[in-house]
Amino acid sequence: MLYRASRAALICPVPPSRMGVTCGGRLNLSRGNLQSPSDSGRETEREADMSLTDKDKAAVKALWAKISKSADAIGAEALGRLVTVYPQTKTYFAHWPDLSASSPSVKNHGKKIMGGVTLAVAKIDDLTNGLLDLSELHAFKLRVDPANFKLLSHCLLVVIAAMFPNDFTPEAHVSMDKFLCNLALGLSERYR
Amino acid sequence: MVKWTEEERQTIRSVWEKVDIDETGPQLIARALIVYPWTERYFGTFGDIFTTSAILTNAKVATHGKVVLRALDRAVKNLDNITETYAALSRLHYEKLKVDPDNFRLLADCITITIACKLKAALNPQVQATWQKFLSAVVEAMNNQYK
Repeated sequence: MLYRASRAALICPVPPSRMGVTCGGRLNLSRGNLQSPSDSGRETEREADMSLTDKDKAAVKALWAKISKSADAIGAEALGRLVTVYPQTKTYFAHWPDLSASSPSVKNHGKKIMGGVTLAVAKIDDLTNGLLDLSELHAFKLRVDPANFKLLSHCLLVVIAAMFPNDFTPEAHVSMDKFLCNLALGLSERYR
Repeated sequence: MVKWTEEERQTIRSVWEKVDIDETGPQLIARALIVYPWTERYFGTFGDIFTTSAILTNAKVATHGKVVLRALDRAVKNLDNITETYAALSRLHYEKLKVDPDNFRLLADCITITIACKLKAALNPQVQATWQKFLSAVVEAMNNQYK
């Protein structure tokens, strides 16, 4: 359980204690988040997972319905931004002659990545099992440091925000962010 | 100290001049509270910030967003001096407000995404890279007095 929490911490932002005491000293009873000692182990795992509620899944599917026609463009853009904004990620693509955002290699690979995201949307009710093959690929063949998943997630969110600003409301944003965190967790399942 | 090329300075200024603080400020903190709900812990005096609709209509949330962006304006105007410019702010957030500095990183990501909604394709990959370099310097300056 501690292992799962520490692995998740690499991938998703882990909130501080949910006891919710504000700096003003008032106990914040929002969202019913008081912990009892016997709950603390399970709560850590739930916090680390920040698992998808039915509302999240509905929000992700609704947003996906609006953006999936542009999946190829989104993927290409996101990968182009990843290698530009986080140059250390270029180390995984040293075999490509052109690493600019507009290069054909980057565009094609972005398309492939979005294929994975499309699969994840379809398997949203069981990401861990749904992504096992992809996890094995990333763990044993590609050996991508899982810290990079959150960098790509951020780039995906920026692209969706830029291309679909009216649909990327804060509510859609939180569900999509949670979905990508859970996707990253599923991808790292086989790592060790 | 962070070094900026002339091109990077132009890029940061050109992004910033497209941001309307009165429009973007309210959106920014609302988005942070909705996407990272644990940030609620720092706004105990803001009244109802416990549902999406309450957050989106809360006047104190809106005002605070403008406060944050006005502070960001000081960083844009003092690119060679961000650490000193933010020393007092950093101490305030550490000693008085007791804000976990990881939240600065999360807020920076919210700033980028809120600006992406406004600038759209104008925030191209190279511009995003430069803008995030700027925000990293800001986040680092906000962390600076945490010792």
